[in-house]
Amino acid sequence: MKQRHIALTLLATSLLVFAVGCKKKKPVDTPPPPTPTTSAPKAEKGPAAVINSFTAEPATILRGESATLKWSVANATEVTIDNGIGRVPATGSRQVSPTGNTTYRMMAKGDGGDAISAASVAVTTAPPPPPPPPAPKATISERMARDVQDVFFDYDKMEVREDARAMLQRNADGIKAILNDFPSAVISLEGHCDERGSAEYNLGLGDRRATSVREFLSQIGVPAERLKTISFGKEKPFCSEATEDCYGKNRRVHFVGVQ
Amino acid sequence: MKNRYLVGLIAFGALAVAAYSQSQDAIVLKLTGGEKKKIALPDFRATGAAGALVEAFNKTVFEDIQQSGLFDMAAKSFYPLNPPQQEADLRAGQATCAGRCLSDWAGTPVSAGYLGFGYAAEQGGQFVAFGHLYNTAVADIAGAKVFRKLYNAPLSEEGARKAGHEYAADILAQFGAASLVGSKIYFVSDRTGRGNKEIWVMDFDGSNQSRVTSFNSITTMPAISPDGRRLAFTTYAKGQPQIMMYSTETSRFINFLNPQASMNATPSFTPDGQSVLFSSTISGFSQIYVANQSGGGMKRLSNSRSIEMEAKVNPKTGTEMIFVSGRGGLQQIYRMSLDGADVVRLTNGEGEASNPAWHPDGQHIAFAWTRGYSPGNWNVFLMDVASRETVQLTHGEGKNENPTWAPDGRHLVFSSNRSGRSQIYSMLANGTEVKQLTTQGGNWMPVWSK
Repeated sequence: MKQRHIALTLLATSLLVFAVGCKKKKPVDTPPPPTPTTSAPKAEKGPAAVINSFTAEPATILRGESATLKWSVANATEVTIDNGIGRVPATGSRQVSPTGNTTYRMMAKGDGGDAISAASVAVTTAPPPPPPPPAPKATISERMARDVQDVFFDYDKMEVREDARAMLQRNADGIKAILNDFPSAVISLEGHCDERGSAEYNLGLGDRRATSVREFLSQIGVPAERLKTISFGKEKPFCSEATEDCYGKNRRVHFVGVQ
Repeated sequence: MKNRYLVGLIAFGALAVAAYSQSQDAIVLKLTGGEKKKIALPDFRATGAAGALVEAFNKTVFEDIQQSGLFDMAAKSFYPLNPPQQEADLRAGQATCAGRCLSDWAGTPVSAGYLGFGYAAEQGGQFVAFGHLYNTAVADIAGAKVFRKLYNAPLSEEGARKAGHEYAADILAQFGAASLVGSKIYFVSDRTGRGNKEIWVMDFDGSNQSRVTSFNSITTMPAISPDGRRLAFTTYAKGQPQIMMYSTETSRFINFLNPQASMNATPSFTPDGQSVLFSSTISGFSQIYVANQSGGGMKRLSNSRSIEMEAKVNPKTGTEMIFVSGRGGLQQIYRMSLDGADVVRLTNGEGEASNPAWHPDGQHIAFAWTRGYSPGNWNVFLMDVASRETVQLTHGEGKNENPTWAPDGRHLVFSSNRSGRSQIYSMLANGTEVKQLTTQGGNWMPVWSK
């Protein structure tokens, strides 16, 4: 058990180290090779330098990516590449990450003559992405749930309560926006009552509550012809406990968007 | 001094209680009849194929007579051991004959003024009951006979019950009481589930319950025409609550033109059956209108900025209506002439009042009231409309609502949740003989039809 624990700890630690290592790892330009301390013995009129190859792969990169310069030079006493690379061995490769189109020039000096060559890396930038897709359009019921809240009434009362007026002001903005976005929609104002009045009277009361809300909304600019009233009396209560709290919840006008 | 004051108070209280209960008794007496007669109904016996059915016959007869409220039922345990089965069994002039003499039934302990007896048999593939009724106060056997009659019915339990209803109806008819046999009760039930309510119908005793509508919606508040041929109700079948009309004869819908309004509801028929009263929100408030039976020729009857529902025209005068209104605050019952004059509040403003239903005499109403209870706790009351005196028939056994009258004017149906969910009950107009008629699902708003 203990052994296993230790093993697990070790594994975790090594993973952590590995992870940290990974994170820190970034392409770093390898330091330039040490400059040769001894130069080749000078020959009397030696051969001329020959650049067998000097290429950039790939020739086109995206900005931020890198290309590899590869070269092979013969008979050179000194090989240099510009753009800050400097002296390089006769054969080698180097990763470069130019930020713009760059032509790398190679100068190979030889006793019998110099040679030059060039390799170009074209740097492109990605085309701009298409504009973000439009946010998925909320359905009318999602909009209703988000922007329009139920309003509540006092027992046996049909008048819009003071606190409900503020709510209706906010609802009016939501409803106007929704009616604008859903041109064929109407808003159904459902009047509800608590369970104590008679079913028959509550049918009339629920209708009047919905009509009071309709009149209020219409006065503050919501088109009345797109507001429909329906009374459910006490036929569809939201809760069924015989408590003041539940009675209060059931005395409401509920808003439903109908497409 | 203090004592005398107290005594005075008690005496005054006792007088007030006596006066109150006297006025209550007066209403109930008027509606349910005077002194009850005592009757003995020894079980009929039968053999063969009728033997298994005779119990249903006996039970039906006993219940119908008991629920009529006209009789005191003599205790069966006091019955003599050897009751007569046919005329030939009766003896006279003996001191005691173990049940074969009428005096055995007239005397103590049975003390029955009337004796119903007989037997049943299978005859020609039918259930046949031979029923008799005798007046035990008459010494002469021939003179004591009130009637005897043969009842033929199919050889089945239903047949046996049918024969029982007919025999009981003949007994009741001797005392001027209309039988309820054959009458129907329409009501609302949610037993089909999914939150839907449909109109159902059953026999007066709760048997043969069957569905009338199948909208799979909320269909409620039934009303029946005086001749029993047309049923009106309020339904959400087309969205907003609207009135629909149905023929109980053809089982088809009849066109009824609803006015353009967010709600048209609580229809009721005028006594001549030619017009329909209903509530409509044409004006923005639920107000009372009248139209002909197809919805044409509409006219507004009430005029207020309040909620008014459940208008019912007086079945005797045809010129006034009662209705529920919130014009004075909490819902109360009002009376008004059909021409809009003479608006009077009938309930005294206490609590809330609803569901008014005219007694066939046009002088009394049954209704639901929360007086004396917290809001929502309804009880069934009766009122003498002229004197405004009231009688309370239920006393807080759950919520008791929507009382309506049986055609005999002596019984009521109503809904109550006294046993859990709301169910339909019948009772005598004095609050006794309460019988539960439904058990499936929730059941509301009964109306008793011819």
